[in-house]
Amino acid sequence: MELQSEHHGEILVIRAMGDRIDAAGAIQFKERMREIIQEPSARVVLDMSMVGFLDSSGLGAVMAVMKALGPVRRLELFGLTLAVEKVFRLTRMDSVLIIHKSLPEGLRNAG
Amino acid sequence: MRGDRRVSQHEPADQVATEALIFDGDLESVRAGLMDLFAIPLLAGLSDNSRGAVEIVLAEVMNNIAEHAYASFPGKIEVWITAHDGFLFVRVADTGLPMPGGEPPGGKPNEAAEVQNLPEGGFGWFLIRSLTQGLTYRREGGHNRLSFCMGVEYRV
Repeated sequence: MELQSEHHGEILVIRAMGDRIDAAGAIQFKERMREIIQEPSARVVLDMSMVGFLDSSGLGAVMAVMKALGPVRRLELFGLTLAVEKVFRLTRMDSVLIIHKSLPEGLRNAG
Repeated sequence: MRGDRRVSQHEPADQVATEALIFDGDLESVRAGLMDLFAIPLLAGLSDNSRGAVEIVLAEVMNNIAEHAYASFPGKIEVWITAHDGFLFVRVADTGLPMPGGEPPGGKPNEAAEVQNLPEGGFGWFLIRSLTQGLTYRREGGHNRLSFCMGVEYRV
Protein backbone atom coordinates (compact mmCIF):
# COMPACT_ATOMS: atom_id res chain seq x y z
CA MET A 1 0.00 0.00 0.00
CA GLU A 2 1.20 3.45 -0.85
CA LEU A 3 1.53 5.94 1.99
CA GLN A 4 1.82 9.66 1.37
CA SER A 5 3.15 11.93 4.06
CA GLU A 6 3.38 15.68 4.51
CA HIS A 7 4.02 18.10 7.32
CA HIS A 8 1.40 20.58 8.45
CA GLY A 9 3.20 22.64 11.06
CA GLU A 10 3.87 20.37 14.03
CA ILE A 11 1.75 17.55 12.57
CA LEU A 12 3.03 14.77 10.33
CA VAL A 13 0.04 13.65 8.27
CA ILE A 14 0.24 10.21 6.67
CA ARG A 15 -2.43 9.22 4.18
CA ALA A 16 -3.06 5.52 3.54
CA MET A 17 -3.68 5.35 -0.21
CA GLY A 18 -4.88 1.74 -0.38
CA ASP A 19 -8.29 0.19 0.15
CA ARG A 20 -7.15 -2.54 2.56
CA ILE A 21 -4.77 -3.02 5.48
CA ASP A 22 -4.97 -6.80 5.70
CA ALA A 23 -2.92 -9.90 6.39
CA ALA A 24 -1.42 -9.83 2.90
CA GLY A 25 -0.16 -6.27 3.34
CA ALA A 26 0.22 -5.65 7.07
CA ILE A 27 3.98 -6.19 7.28
CA GLN A 28 4.67 -3.85 4.39
CA PHE A 29 2.35 -1.23 5.90
CA LYS A 30 4.10 -1.50 9.28
CA GLU A 31 7.60 -1.22 7.81
CA ARG A 32 6.72 1.75 5.61
CA MET A 33 5.03 3.52 8.54
CA ARG A 34 8.08 2.94 10.72
CA GLU A 35 10.25 4.62 8.07
CA ILE A 36 7.96 7.62 7.76
CA ILE A 37 7.63 8.25 11.49
CA GLN A 38 11.40 8.64 11.73
CA GLU A 39 10.73 12.19 10.57
CA PRO A 40 10.50 14.39 13.63
CA SER A 41 7.10 15.88 14.44
CA ALA A 42 5.12 16.69 17.56
CA ARG A 43 2.08 14.73 16.38
CA VAL A 44 1.38 11.93 13.89
CA VAL A 45 -2.03 11.71 12.22
CA LEU A 46 -2.91 8.73 10.02
CA ASP A 47 -5.66 9.52 7.51
CA MET A 48 -7.56 6.25 6.91
CA SER A 49 -10.44 7.65 4.90
CA MET A 50 -9.52 5.55 1.84
CA VAL A 51 -9.22 2.31 3.83
CA GLY A 52 -12.41 0.29 3.55
CA PHE A 53 -11.15 -2.85 5.26
CA LEU A 54 -8.86 -3.61 8.19
CA ASP A 55 -8.41 -7.11 9.64
CA SER A 56 -6.69 -8.28 12.83
CA SER A 57 -3.29 -8.28 11.13
CA GLY A 58 -3.87 -4.71 10.00
CA LEU A 59 -4.97 -3.79 13.51
CA GLY A 60 -1.82 -5.42 14.92
CA ALA A 61 0.27 -3.37 12.49
CA VAL A 62 -1.41 -0.13 13.59
CA MET A 63 -0.75 -1.06 17.24
CA ALA A 64 2.91 -1.80 16.41
CA VAL A 65 3.25 1.62 14.79
CA MET A 66 1.74 3.23 17.85
CA LYS A 67 4.32 1.51 20.04
CA ALA A 68 7.11 2.50 17.67
CA LEU A 69 6.16 6.14 18.22
CA GLY A 70 7.34 5.79 21.81
CA PRO A 71 5.91 7.29 24.95
CA VAL A 72 5.61 10.93 23.85
CA ARG A 73 3.95 10.86 20.44
CA ARG A 74 0.62 9.09 20.29
CA LEU A 75 -0.88 7.83 17.05
CA GLU A 76 -3.93 9.80 15.99
CA LEU A 77 -6.36 8.34 13.47
CA PHE A 78 -8.72 10.20 11.22
CA GLY A 79 -11.35 9.26 8.64
CA LEU A 80 -12.28 5.78 9.85
CA THR A 81 -14.78 4.07 7.55
CA LEU A 82 -17.67 2.06 9.03
CA ALA A 83 -15.97 -1.35 8.80
CA VAL A 84 -12.64 -0.09 10.13
CA GLU A 85 -14.25 1.75 13.04
CA LYS A 86 -16.08 -1.46 13.96
CA VAL A 87 -12.83 -3.40 14.34
CA PHE A 88 -11.31 -0.74 16.61
CA ARG A 89 -14.50 -0.59 18.67
CA LEU A 90 -14.97 -4.37 19.10
CA THR A 91 -11.38 -4.84 20.23
CA ARG A 92 -11.61 -1.72 22.43
CA MET A 93 -8.49 -0.34 20.82
CA ASP A 94 -10.53 2.82 20.18
CA SER A 95 -9.89 3.66 23.83
CA VAL A 96 -6.12 3.44 23.38
CA LEU A 97 -5.69 5.41 20.18
CA ILE A 98 -6.82 8.96 19.55
CA ILE A 99 -9.60 8.72 16.97
CA HIS A 100 -10.84 11.95 15.43
CA LYS A 101 -14.39 12.07 14.14
CA SER A 102 -13.63 15.12 12.03
CA LEU A 103 -10.52 16.81 10.71
CA PRO A 104 -8.17 17.13 13.69
CA GLU A 105 -7.44 20.47 15.33
CA GLY A 106 -4.44 21.99 13.62
CA LEU A 107 -5.37 20.65 10.17
CA ARG A 108 -8.63 22.49 9.61
CA ASN A 109 -7.03 25.37 7.74
CA ALA A 110 -4.40 23.24 6.11
CA GLY A 111 -6.45 22.54 2.97
CA MET B 1 -6.35 -16.91 -8.20
CA ARG B 2 -9.80 -15.62 -7.59
CA GLY B 3 -12.41 -17.73 -5.85
CA ASP B 4 -14.39 -19.83 -8.27
CA ARG B 5 -18.09 -20.22 -7.86
CA ARG B 6 -18.77 -23.88 -8.20
CA VAL B 7 -22.41 -23.92 -7.29
CA SER B 8 -24.73 -21.01 -7.60
CA GLN B 9 -28.23 -21.51 -6.44
CA HIS B 10 -30.08 -18.30 -5.88
CA GLU B 11 -33.64 -18.59 -4.72
CA PRO B 12 -36.28 -16.20 -3.41
CA ALA B 13 -35.58 -14.71 -0.02
CA ASP B 14 -37.84 -17.04 1.93
CA GLN B 15 -36.11 -20.10 0.48
CA VAL B 16 -32.84 -21.60 1.55
CA ALA B 17 -30.03 -20.65 -0.82
CA THR B 18 -26.47 -21.92 -0.69
CA GLU B 19 -23.27 -20.76 -2.34
CA ALA B 20 -20.16 -22.92 -2.45
CA LEU B 21 -16.84 -21.17 -2.95
CA ILE B 22 -13.29 -22.43 -3.20
CA PHE B 23 -10.11 -20.45 -2.66
CA ASP B 24 -6.41 -21.15 -2.82
CA GLY B 25 -5.16 -21.16 0.77
CA ASP B 26 -2.70 -18.28 0.65
CA LEU B 27 -3.06 -14.68 1.80
CA GLU B 28 -3.08 -13.09 -1.65
CA SER B 29 -5.79 -15.46 -2.89
CA VAL B 30 -7.85 -14.88 0.24
CA ARG B 31 -7.64 -11.13 -0.35
CA ALA B 32 -8.68 -11.50 -3.99
CA GLY B 33 -11.52 -13.83 -3.04
CA LEU B 34 -12.85 -11.43 -0.40
CA MET B 35 -12.83 -8.58 -2.90
CA ASP B 36 -15.08 -10.63 -5.19
CA LEU B 37 -17.22 -12.07 -2.45
CA PHE B 38 -19.92 -9.43 -2.26
CA ALA B 39 -20.73 -9.72 -5.93
CA ILE B 40 -22.35 -13.13 -5.37
CA PRO B 41 -26.15 -12.89 -5.24
CA LEU B 42 -26.41 -14.32 -1.75
CA LEU B 43 -24.34 -11.51 -0.25
CA ALA B 44 -24.89 -8.66 -2.68
CA GLY B 45 -27.88 -7.26 -0.79
CA LEU B 46 -26.34 -7.14 2.69
CA SER B 47 -26.44 -3.86 4.61
CA ASP B 48 -23.10 -2.08 4.93
CA ASN B 49 -22.93 -3.05 8.59
CA SER B 50 -23.56 -6.76 7.94
CA ARG B 51 -21.22 -6.76 4.99
CA GLY B 52 -18.44 -5.38 7.19
CA ALA B 53 -19.06 -8.07 9.81
CA VAL B 54 -19.18 -10.92 7.27
CA GLU B 55 -16.04 -9.71 5.53
CA ILE B 56 -14.01 -9.44 8.72
CA VAL B 57 -15.12 -12.88 9.97
CA LEU B 58 -14.40 -14.64 6.67
CA ALA B 59 -11.09 -12.79 6.39
CA GLU B 60 -10.00 -13.87 9.88
CA VAL B 61 -11.08 -17.48 9.37
CA MET B 62 -9.41 -17.84 5.98
CA ASN B 63 -6.25 -15.92 6.91
CA ASN B 64 -5.85 -18.23 9.90
CA ILE B 65 -6.08 -21.22 7.59
CA ALA B 66 -3.58 -19.68 5.14
CA GLU B 67 -1.11 -18.72 7.88
CA HIS B 68 -1.42 -21.73 10.20
CA ALA B 69 -3.15 -24.77 8.66
CA TYR B 70 -1.26 -24.27 5.39
CA ALA B 71 1.92 -22.91 7.02
CA SER B 72 4.09 -25.69 5.59
CA PHE B 73 2.19 -26.95 2.55
CA PRO B 74 -0.40 -25.47 0.18
CA GLY B 75 -4.07 -26.36 -0.12
CA LYS B 76 -7.58 -25.16 -0.79
CA ILE B 77 -10.18 -23.51 1.40
CA GLU B 78 -13.80 -24.43 0.78
CA VAL B 79 -16.60 -22.20 2.03
CA TRP B 80 -20.32 -22.92 1.97
CA ILE B 81 -22.68 -20.11 2.84
CA THR B 82 -26.38 -20.75 3.36
CA ALA B 83 -28.79 -17.86 3.82
CA HIS B 84 -32.06 -18.41 5.61
CA ASP B 85 -34.39 -16.19 7.56
CA GLY B 86 -31.95 -13.42 8.40
CA PHE B 87 -29.03 -15.69 9.15
CA LEU B 88 -25.99 -16.83 7.25
CA PHE B 89 -24.87 -20.36 8.12
CA VAL B 90 -21.23 -20.73 7.17
CA ARG B 91 -19.13 -23.87 6.88
CA VAL B 92 -15.42 -23.74 6.13
CA ALA B 93 -13.20 -26.73 5.35
CA ASP B 94 -9.49 -27.15 4.71
CA THR B 95 -7.04 -30.05 4.57
CA GLY B 96 -4.24 -28.34 6.49
CA LEU B 97 -2.76 -28.95 9.92
CA PRO B 98 -5.28 -29.38 12.74
CA MET B 99 -5.93 -26.65 15.30
CA PRO B 100 -3.48 -26.96 18.19
CA GLY B 101 -5.27 -28.54 21.15
CA GLY B 102 -8.14 -29.59 18.91
CA GLU B 103 -10.13 -26.40 19.31
CA PRO B 104 -10.07 -22.78 18.14
CA PRO B 105 -8.21 -20.34 20.40
CA GLY B 106 -10.32 -18.45 22.93
CA GLY B 107 -9.14 -15.15 21.59
CA LYS B 108 -9.21 -12.55 24.28
CA PRO B 109 -6.63 -9.85 23.61
CA ASN B 110 -4.49 -9.17 26.66
CA GLU B 111 -5.60 -6.18 28.65
CA ALA B 112 -2.73 -3.79 29.20
CA ALA B 113 -2.49 -0.53 31.04
CA GLU B 114 0.80 0.53 29.47
CA VAL B 115 0.99 1.46 25.82
CA GLN B 116 4.19 -0.53 25.34
CA ASN B 117 2.45 -3.67 26.62
CA LEU B 118 -0.55 -3.42 24.36
CA PRO B 119 -1.18 -6.46 22.21
CA GLU B 120 -0.25 -6.53 18.54
CA GLY B 121 -1.97 -9.85 17.92
CA GLY B 122 -4.62 -12.18 19.24
CA PHE B 123 -7.42 -10.04 17.86
CA GLY B 124 -8.47 -12.47 15.15
CA TRP B 125 -10.31 -15.11 17.15
CA PHE B 126 -11.67 -12.42 19.43
CA LEU B 127 -13.30 -10.77 16.40
CA ILE B 128 -14.59 -14.10 15.09
CA ARG B 129 -16.11 -15.01 18.44
CA SER B 130 -17.57 -11.53 18.91
CA LEU B 131 -19.35 -11.54 15.57
CA THR B 132 -20.56 -15.15 15.28
CA GLN B 133 -22.80 -17.60 17.11
CA GLY B 134 -22.59 -21.36 17.46
CA LEU B 135 -18.93 -21.67 16.54
CA THR B 136 -17.95 -25.32 16.25
CA TYR B 137 -14.76 -27.01 15.09
CA ARG B 138 -14.03 -30.60 14.35
CA ARG B 139 -11.22 -32.57 12.76
CA GLU B 140 -12.60 -35.21 10.47
CA GLY B 141 -10.78 -37.45 8.01
CA GLY B 142 -7.90 -35.06 7.44
CA HIS B 143 -10.20 -32.04 7.19
CA ASN B 144 -10.61 -29.10 9.52
CA ARG B 145 -14.31 -28.21 9.60
CA LEU B 146 -15.41 -24.94 11.14
CA SER B 147 -19.00 -23.79 11.23
CA PHE B 148 -20.83 -20.80 12.66
CA CYS B 149 -23.75 -18.53 11.95
CA MET B 150 -24.26 -14.81 11.81
CA GLY B 151 -27.40 -12.73 12.00
CA VAL B 152 -27.49 -10.33 9.06
CA GLU B 153 -29.54 -7.47 7.70
CA TYR B 154 -30.24 -6.55 4.10
CA ARG B 155 -30.45 -3.19 2.43
CA VAL B 156 -34.03 -2.03 2.13
